[in-house]
Amino acid sequence: MAETKKTKKETAAKKEVKKQAAPVKIKEKQQPRIGVFACHCGTNIAGSIDIEALQAAAAKIPNVAYVDNYQYMCSTPGQKKIEDAIKEHNLTGIVVAACSPRLHEPTFRTATKEGGLNPFRFEMANIREQNAWVHMHDHEGATEKAIDAVRIAVAKAALLEDLIPKKVPVEKAAMVVGAGIAGMQAALDLANAGIKTYLIEKEPSIGGRMSQLDKTFPTLDCSQCILTPKMVDVGRNENIDLMTYSEVDAVEGYIGNFDVTIRKKARGVLTPKEAEGRGLVGGGCNGCGDCEAVCPVIKPNLFEVNMKPRKAIYINHPQVVPLIYTIDFDSCVKCGLCVTACGDKKAIDLEMEDELIKVKVGTAILATGYDLFPIEKKDEWGYNKYENVVTSLEFERLICASGPTGGHLVRPSDGVTPKKVAFLLCSGSRDNTGVGKPYCSRFCCMYSIKHAHQIIEKIPGVKPYLFYMDIRAFGKAYEEFYYRIQDEGARFIRGRVANILEDPVTKNLTVMADDTLLDRPMKLDVDMVVLATAVQPTTGVDTVRKMFGVSNSMDGWMLEAHPKLNPCGTTTAGVYLAGVCQGPKDIPDTVAQAEGAASAASIPIHMGAVELEPYFAMCIEEKCAGCGMCVNLCPYSALALVEKDGRKVMQVTEAKCKGCGTCGGFCPGGAIWMQHFATPQIVAQIDAFLLGGEQ
Amino acid sequence: MADEWQPKIIGIICNWCSYAGADLAGSARTQYPPDIRIVRVMCTGRVDTLFILKAFTDGADGVLVSGCHFGDCHYLEGNYKGAKRLFLLKSLLKNIGLEDKRLRMTFVSASEGAKWAKVVEDVVKTVKEAGPSPIANR
Ligand SMILES: Cc1cc2nc3c(=O)[nH]c(=O)nc-3n(C[C@H](O)[C@H](O)[C@H](O)COP(=O)(O)OP(=O)(O)OC[C@H]3O[C@@H](n4cnc5c(N)ncnc54)[C@H](O)[C@@H]3O)c2cc1C
Ligand code: FES
Repeated sequence: MAETKKTKKETAAKKEVKKQAAPVKIKEKQQPRIGVFACHCGTNIAGSIDIEALQAAAAKIPNVAYVDNYQYMCSTPGQKKIEDAIKEHNLTGIVVAACSPRLHEPTFRTATKEGGLNPFRFEMANIREQNAWVHMHDHEGATEKAIDAVRIAVAKAALLEDLIPKKVPVEKAAMVVGAGIAGMQAALDLANAGIKTYLIEKEPSIGGRMSQLDKTFPTLDCSQCILTPKMVDVGRNENIDLMTYSEVDAVEGYIGNFDVTIRKKARGVLTPKEAEGRGLVGGGCNGCGDCEAVCPVIKPNLFEVNMKPRKAIYINHPQVVPLIYTIDFDSCVKCGLCVTACGDKKAIDLEMEDELIKVKVGTAILATGYDLFPIEKKDEWGYNKYENVVTSLEFERLICASGPTGGHLVRPSDGVTPKKVAFLLCSGSRDNTGVGKPYCSRFCCMYSIKHAHQIIEKIPGVKPYLFYMDIRAFGKAYEEFYYRIQDEGARFIRGRVANILEDPVTKNLTVMADDTLLDRPMKLDVDMVVLATAVQPTTGVDTVRKMFGVSNSMDGWMLEAHPKLNPCGTTTAGVYLAGVCQGPKDIPDTVAQAEGAASAASIPIHMGAVELEPYFAMCIEEKCAGCGMCVNLCPYSALALVEKDGRKVMQVTEAKCKGCGTCGGFCPGGAIWMQHFATPQIVAQIDAFLLGGEQ
Repeated sequence: MADEWQPKIIGIICNWCSYAGADLAGSARTQYPPDIRIVRVMCTGRVDTLFILKAFTDGADGVLVSGCHFGDCHYLEGNYKGAKRLFLLKSLLKNIGLEDKRLRMTFVSASEGAKWAKVVEDVVKTVKEAGPSPIANR
């Protein structure tokens, strides 16, 4: 097998020398005159596809006036070939057989334009991603497929028309959804660049997960200490319109002109500004907490991962931004005690209702972060069953000075300080059992090492045991941190924990694992277990993702436009991603991506105008029967029936049309012309493949 | 090998999900049979039943329409509209003497490269089993 492969490769390499064949000229023809250019892409394409055969076959396709090939069509000399050929051979359309149009269509459109043609007179035949790379061992099949792909592309190119992209102004405002560290950083960057920014946060206060952390690896900065100044900046920045306890309700429009409806949930408490709006000068919430003191309802505090109580009127923690109380109307009994306690400030309105606010923005960034995977699903570790098994986030609150225990790590079962603590890395991550996540959650190794340090620092004589698969200490100064904590006395055991048992009386735990370095099973008695729990996209985030037209990856995280070259962009122009919503990443990477997203989102705004692909629908009025079926099909309400010369015809509002073609796919009379994807063009493509034809 | 019957299969696929998924299969070098030719449209909502009927009357042995998953269409609901039309057409294919398995609609997202390869494999297999189209005048 290997040998045949080698010979195939060799012949391919030999062919390649030959393949730089001279361009074929074809006798003068009447319109249209299509130029076909085949790209070798080094051996990426030429290794599987016989370029010479492709070129010979292309020359015979009807309407082809010129054929050429080159090592790298996207290079400057490659593009020059297109430009020169257009002028020399009086071409009316260009076909490049190369990679995916999703990669290089813009490149070749520019070359087409440079050659003097309208850039939309270009069509690409994808012979790399959808051919050479997927049929590497079937050269004959690949070559035949490539010839058909060129045939299909030429058929379309022959019918392409000149199109003018529509230039639309860009609203000088941006939106950021989610105010964790990613959203805050992105909003600050945009605002500091002079752009009005709406920062939308579903919780009553900002900061996200980072505000729940105690210290941060590898520098061990106190999380709140580095976060609070940023939260205050966000609250103060004149260009940031911070909307907490708010969610995106609807999104319409397109890059430059997104009309977003925000649902400001009823928080039952007025800000000083809102109070002023109601004529109560000097009123509104000042965060004094008198209301909380009298509230009779007690509920678990979600911010403290349910380890502390809160009232029905509450703030998450003392440093909240904005410092405004919120009423949880699901548990409020409307006794009115808080209203009395609030007194003249008149900040409380028990009858408040949700408010819908409409704003227009040019670009938007999604930064909706993550939740923990429900680790109780991994039955073997006994979370929710054994009191002394906690998640890493619970650990953060238990070790944090502002947390429920004032920073004293204690066992939930008896309040005793643990002396032996096991940390289970990859709890639910890198898990292919079907229960859990196949991916690496990326920050668990490092924070578990940090956790080990934190207990060594706080509890004399404590013994941390870290059960791991591999330690992923990939960041700057991470490896050094890992060594340091080893030196401090943390024990690392390579092996996954099979299960945990609990002594029903003492509530002590026995961890059963395989020590894969010593190649023997082991049993370890500990006082407490911390599960370094996998993360997953924030619950309910699919709604907002879909509203902005963003796709998701296999694992549920939002999908970037390109994993390497466009990690902040999405397939929806004008919508960008920042932070963990795109995939697990630690704070340094989150902040870096947020700054990248802010920069990307500010470009269209600073340009002032963007070009839209002119793929919109048009009505062929002679054919339109005025039935109006298309009007109901359009998801964007871009179509309407209007009276013209005494009869009804459809009319398109170009600015609203996004070019999906759903109307054109249905029109029984064929009266809708989808620019660049018109019916005759598509039918010609189908015919070209199935009926063939030679000139 | 050369005289083995080669089915003619056309795939009309949406730009945002299935086309991107097919590109991903390429980047990952996931191998699948070459017996399919692709026409790219912006959305499966664009797929006129005319295109499919034209393909079959032109002699196609199979037609694949592939788009985004329901709820994930780049244009919100184009794929619902497209799917509705196709399923209706599928039920009518018998009337022109075609087995309905020759027309297939699938949902492949931009991150499902491996799924795209499987879909093509499956479609090619189904069409090969069904043999040449009874209405193709070849
Ligand atoms: C236990 C633990 C310890 C960690 N320790 C460290 C550490 O020491 N060092 C380090 O670098 N990293 C650490 N991390 C990782 C760190 O938490 C993340 O890198 C960081 O919080 C990511 O920020 P983010 O803004 O992307 O997401 P988040 O912090 O999750 O913020 C997302 C925000 O969006 C809001 N939101 C969600 N959906 C919506 C919606 N639909 N509408 C409006 N708003 C919405 C959320 O309420 C939240 O405020 C740790 C993580 C864990 C779990
Ligand atoms: S865009 Fe993929 S089906 Fe509509």
